[in-house]
Amino acid sequence: MTTTTTAPAVAQVRTTSAETTGRDNKAGWLFSTPFLVLYGLFLVGPVLVGLVISFFNTATVKNELGAFVAFENYTAVLGNLDFWKSMWHSTLFTLLTVPFLVVLPLVAAILASRIVRNRWFFRIAFFAPFVVPSASVALIFAFLYAPEIGLFAKVLGGIGLPVPDFLGSTNGAWLAVTILTVWWTFGFNFVLYTAALQDIPEDTYEAAAIDGASAWQQMRSITVPLLRPTIGLVLMLQILASLKVFDQIFILLAGGPNLTTRPVIQYIYDTGFTTYRGGYAAAATMVYFLILVAISAVWMIATRRRGADA
Amino acid sequence: MTTATLSRPAKRKERSQADKLGSKTFNRLAATCLTLWALLWLVPFAFTVITSFRPATEITANPISIWSDNWTFEAYTAAFRLNSIGWWYLNSFLISTLSVILTVIVCSLIGFGLAHLRFKGKNVLAVVILAGLMVPMEALVLPQFIEFRALGLLGTYWALILPATASPVAVFVFRSFFKGIPDQLIEAARIDGASWWRIYWQVCLPLTRPAISAVSIFTFVTTWNAFLWPLLVLTQTKSQTIPVGLSGLLGATGVNQAEVLASAVLGLLPLLAVFLVAQRQITQGIASTGIK
Repeated sequence: MTTTTTAPAVAQVRTTSAETTGRDNKAGWLFSTPFLVLYGLFLVGPVLVGLVISFFNTATVKNELGAFVAFENYTAVLGNLDFWKSMWHSTLFTLLTVPFLVVLPLVAAILASRIVRNRWFFRIAFFAPFVVPSASVALIFAFLYAPEIGLFAKVLGGIGLPVPDFLGSTNGAWLAVTILTVWWTFGFNFVLYTAALQDIPEDTYEAAAIDGASAWQQMRSITVPLLRPTIGLVLMLQILASLKVFDQIFILLAGGPNLTTRPVIQYIYDTGFTTYRGGYAAAATMVYFLILVAISAVWMIATRRRGADA
Repeated sequence: MTTATLSRPAKRKERSQADKLGSKTFNRLAATCLTLWALLWLVPFAFTVITSFRPATEITANPISIWSDNWTFEAYTAAFRLNSIGWWYLNSFLISTLSVILTVIVCSLIGFGLAHLRFKGKNVLAVVILAGLMVPMEALVLPQFIEFRALGLLGTYWALILPATASPVAVFVFRSFFKGIPDQLIEAARIDGASWWRIYWQVCLPLTRPAISAVSIFTFVTTWNAFLWPLLVLTQTKSQTIPVGLSGLLGATGVNQAEVLASAVLGLLPLLAVFLVAQRQITQGIASTGIK
């Protein structure tokens, strides 16, 4: 294309866009409105409702706000031992699962990057569990964990190891949900790592191989450093996902023996929907909500800054 | 380039060949380890499927055998007969499908607006939606429940469909795909006198098929798998979704092991089918968005 042909076209475009700025405004908001209404009602809405009722003595079953109690719900929540226990359980679950779910998928993805043929097999084997509903996973693992007759009990007993009481003891229950969760969600992080590994140009490795770097050296000095941003992303997503644990602990263990593995979401569920203390449960919700938002906000700001520096 | 390779010392060339040999053994080792690992990951599935086809009496007598003398569909027919699994399928299917359709329409509309329209407040809007990525909906079920009761939506499909459509992730997926469409194409259509609606519907939307399929698959899987919110909203046995209905089978009396496992298989079958058909889009979609 030559300059002589483009010049008039550009001029024409400029005039049309200047003429239609007003119409662009209207069209822009028309295109945005359906989403904004849903976003406002169903994403922002619950946050505001939670904030409001956390200051009231609301009962979950009644269609009224109840009496204004100022910060009473918050002082009650923050002074409640059961609330802090459940916070600790969610944190402990995070501490138990995050190391496995950040490191193991990385190892598997690096191994997979060395394999040329039949990659679909690994993708299916590792990722298929992730699309399975939590209830199916819980039903399957309840069978595997069954005392005496379950697969875990038979295999561990067969090789002479002590068999933990998976569903009846606190430690066994933590082990049970950790194994289940690693099996279930492993594939998601595996896929994230695999995609990042494919973005590393092949010639980086070739250059290193020509310079005489062994497979192990290549991995340590090329692969892992280049994957650092992805490792950070996986770590963050995994911490947030693990802190939000509910399904598997609730379905498989119903909160564990004497609620010794009950996570925060189940605490909110129990206080809000079993004892109907809506205002109180809303205060617990807001405390928990603030912690989660703070973690993601810190992460977002940190990555933005790093992106701006680079 | 060629001269450079030719002038490399012969010694170095030899070494790199030796390394290639060394890395070949390494690659073989990696393949073996990973295959064993993957097979281990398939054990729970394989074991469940096999057991679900064994007669109940055999399972009681010998729970972990992987062989049966009388393979049977009994557990599957019983799962349909004893539970409302047919209803659960219907509910899950309707909810997930409607969520997919609405999400694609609503989020592609605003995604197009953010990518190609110049309007006042657009940047603020993008930041507000970005902030929505941080909102953990799973943590907010209690206020959500109270809001939906006030709106009179409890017990309806809409209580599950509407929140699923407010998905910031889907908006950003669509926006980035629409951004990939060159401005010249859109300006040309504008000069030809096409309305923004026609440009969106006839020119741009057909070009974002990968985004549509990624968003559809994700919305389908997440709405199908949702557990806590449907548990609170749909309380009638016949109105439940697959995951909620299935969760009631754990520890239920009068259901034998084969039936429980057959139900678990029935619960995961549709999703496994979706995954096997669309595995490439799913894994690529995760790679490009990185959002759970």
